[in-house]
Amino acid sequence: MTDLMERVAGSVRGSLDQCVKCTICESACPVMPVTDLFLGPKTVGPQAERFRTGEHSPDHSVDYCSGCGICTRVCPQGVRIAEINSRARAELKREQGVPLRDRLIARPDVMGRLARPVAPLFNAAMASPPVRGLTQRVLGIHRLAPLPRANGRTLDYRLGRRRSRPLGGRRIVYFHGCSTNYYEPRVGLMAIAILEHQGFQVEVPAQGCCGLPMQSNGIFDGARRYVRRLTEQLSTPDLDGLQVVATSTSCGLMLKREAREILGVEDDSLRRLAARTYDIFEFLRDLDQRGELRTDFHPVPLTVAYHAPCQQQNQQIGKPALDVLSLVPELRLVELDRDCCGIAGTYGTKAEKYEIAMRVGAPLFGDILELAPDLVMCDSETCRWQIRHGSGYPTVHPLEILYRAYGGRPV
Amino acid sequence: MKTDVLVIGAGTAGLCAAVRLAQAGRRVQVIATGAGSLGLAPATIDVLGYAPEPVEDPLGTLPAFVAAHPGHPYALMGPERVAPALAWLSAVAGDLGYPGTLSRNRLLPTALGALRPAGLLPESMSAGALEAGARVVIASFNGYRDFYPHIVAANLSAGSLALDARPVDLVWEGELPDLAPQRLWRRMEEPEVRARVARSLRPLLDGEVAVGFPAILGREHGGDVRRDLEERLERPVFEIPTLPPSLPGLRLYDLLRAALRRAGGRLTLGETATGFRARGGRLEAVLASQPPREDEYLAQAVVLASGGVSAGGIEVDSEHRAREPVFDLPLSELPQDSAEWFQEEYFGEHGFDRAGVAVDALSRPLRADGEPVFENLFLAGAELAGASPWREKSGEGISLVTALRAAEAALEVCA
Ligand SMILES: Cc1cc2nc3c(=O)[nH]c(=O)nc-3n(C[C@H](O)[C@H](O)[C@H](O)COP(=O)(O)OP(=O)(O)OC[C@H]3O[C@@H](n4cnc5c(N)ncnc54)[C@H](O)[C@@H]3O)c2cc1C
Ligand code: SF4
Ligand code: SF4
Repeated sequence: MTDLMERVAGSVRGSLDQCVKCTICESACPVMPVTDLFLGPKTVGPQAERFRTGEHSPDHSVDYCSGCGICTRVCPQGVRIAEINSRARAELKREQGVPLRDRLIARPDVMGRLARPVAPLFNAAMASPPVRGLTQRVLGIHRLAPLPRANGRTLDYRLGRRRSRPLGGRRIVYFHGCSTNYYEPRVGLMAIAILEHQGFQVEVPAQGCCGLPMQSNGIFDGARRYVRRLTEQLSTPDLDGLQVVATSTSCGLMLKREAREILGVEDDSLRRLAARTYDIFEFLRDLDQRGELRTDFHPVPLTVAYHAPCQQQNQQIGKPALDVLSLVPELRLVELDRDCCGIAGTYGTKAEKYEIAMRVGAPLFGDILELAPDLVMCDSETCRWQIRHGSGYPTVHPLEILYRAYGGRPV
Repeated sequence: MKTDVLVIGAGTAGLCAAVRLAQAGRRVQVIATGAGSLGLAPATIDVLGYAPEPVEDPLGTLPAFVAAHPGHPYALMGPERVAPALAWLSAVAGDLGYPGTLSRNRLLPTALGALRPAGLLPESMSAGALEAGARVVIASFNGYRDFYPHIVAANLSAGSLALDARPVDLVWEGELPDLAPQRLWRRMEEPEVRARVARSLRPLLDGEVAVGFPAILGREHGGDVRRDLEERLERPVFEIPTLPPSLPGLRLYDLLRAALRRAGGRLTLGETATGFRARGGRLEAVLASQPPREDEYLAQAVVLASGGVSAGGIEVDSEHRAREPVFDLPLSELPQDSAEWFQEEYFGEHGFDRAGVAVDALSRPLRADGEPVFENLFLAGAELAGASPWREKSGEGISLVTALRAAEAALEVCA
């Protein structure tokens, strides 16, 4: 191929010309078979894209694409279907306006900051059926949808000034993301403890939202502002060049790929940041392969089922949590082989999409019920909430098991 | 990343090789740009359908066939490898069917009502191998765009078996504005939907020995769906493979993926092999695109199963320059000049049909001087030179046999 042809074919929109209409993406899309409202990846992606001239959207069903990215992963011709859909959703929102609900759920940082001081109240309200009925009617957030519990003592608060932990050793940066900070600070504390246990000096700079929820809700301008600001925060002269380790798979993917490939943010510091960002288990597996991972493991005699979230599978790093945890004595790991739990970030919380998301996740929940494990693990926060909601099983970040294996106390 | 064996490609060839390797206790990583062609194919395991006359007894015909085609993959691997490979697949396939060995091709109806010779069949199709003159109903749903029972029945009745075939158009009750096959096959898994279908179809049946449906009878629980319909309709039910998407192929894809997972192997989709590192005659690493970085798979052996021209295993540009993009393997049996690439007839023998990579008996790609390119690189599937799978109806058979050969040879070089 000539350079020009390669550039066109490699670009998101240009890739649509490679579509041979084989239907492979349609057979893999988890949403298409469970609702009549979505025309499917081939139709709303490479086909409808030809008619998107910037003036008006030819197809509104693209709003029902969850953005899980499975279609792009299975397409043998390299069509960037999910990315085309994300951009088309943003166009649609621009035309139709972004509902208040989507503006709210797209800002986990703002929501988290508001809820933090009144966490017990917020949690009680969110657990109350009348309040949830009201939020569904007024806002369109489904009354049964899994929402996180606010935590009065955020990761920020707990770390206080100890953002750089001068223990000596090689320095790395920890990127925790909003939800670890506001809702699940334990994940952050475990990540720091485990990385320090390997002998790293862990830097936890103040950090904002990566913009992913805005992006998936079609608010591209805001998302670009967020990711640019975060890039600056993680690329100060003191931190530039250090490896960045992420515990949130979707936020990690945002830095690695989506900010460029979906939002079209082209700048050098983002490119450098992307190249030095790692999923935490990817990072730990690399350590293990170099013989540098500490293996002073205690036995963890549990049966644990593992679901690899879409946003991590879209990083093409395999299933590093399974690779690392397979070293833990007496741990019985069972790999669940379903592509999607349905939630897709904020998708499954929306009143009109909740049922769809639950139908997408049903086979996964069924497998879990059949297996009856002690715990379920999943690397992505929103997926954990959904799996807990759909299966009734306690669902943790795989770090939880590693933390126990290193002698940490269970929750 | 380190692994014992890296497999490139997730079609029949790549997945079968990977399952075989993982069953042998090796660490196996499969990477593939996307899913392979199984989800498009009817998923009958055809060993040899035409040579060029219709073949009745494929295993019996093979010795003479390979003698006449010494460069054919079956000849290079050895025809004695075919029967054990089929037996291996039927063991792996378990409930999906594919019973037994293959002494006789059977004639199956296509989505246009032609008859084609097929090798090992999934259970869902076996009642479709009909006796001459048999009386059948071909049923489908009004509004499902990929299957026309009137055409199928008319052609079957006029065909060489002179079947007494009658079409039935069922009206899909309830909401489902777009009868996409993915929605149909999911809805068929609901017992109430099947009950409804059977209620409208049963009174229309009259002495037929079987009912044929397009292959939309349930993905995950296909066997249960079909058996339930058989009970309700009081006679055998069979599926006729459709235009893509092809559900029987997807079932086999799902099954091989699950077998790989159970055996401890890994599959990463959306990752393309881009290059390699070698020392002397030995591959040390395969490079793969893992944006924003590039990954390096350190493997003791590599199985390349990246398909033919349509899958990207062989790239051809607009001036008919062909190359194998990962290892730049030498290609053989390429047409000499552009004019010879294609024939007028779609199903004619095109100039590039037999093009591909030449291999030795261990399925190692060969250099022009006849020596292996690398001692630890093995080839499987549509990328091998010397076959004309579309005309022979041998694609899945070749994929299976070469996959197992490549896997077993790869096991030999693993420490
Ligand atoms: C529509 C259709 C109908 C068919 N009907 C029949 C039939 O009736 N009978 C029969 O016997 N056969 C049939 N076949 C043929 C048979 O299915 C295929 O020939 C055979 O299975 C080829 O399998 P494969 O594994 O070699 O390649 P494929 O299934 O093409 O798989 C190739 C894989 O390699 C991947 N890949 C390519 N390049 C790279 C790279 N650089 N890095 C990583 N991955 C890469 C692709 O993404 C894909 O996963 C049919 C095929 C099709 C498409
Ligand atoms: S999988 Fe790719 S090539 Fe096939 S229909 Fe979908 S977009 Fe087109
Ligand atoms: S991103 Fe997911 S939901 Fe959207 S079209 Fe692709 S597979 Fe379907």
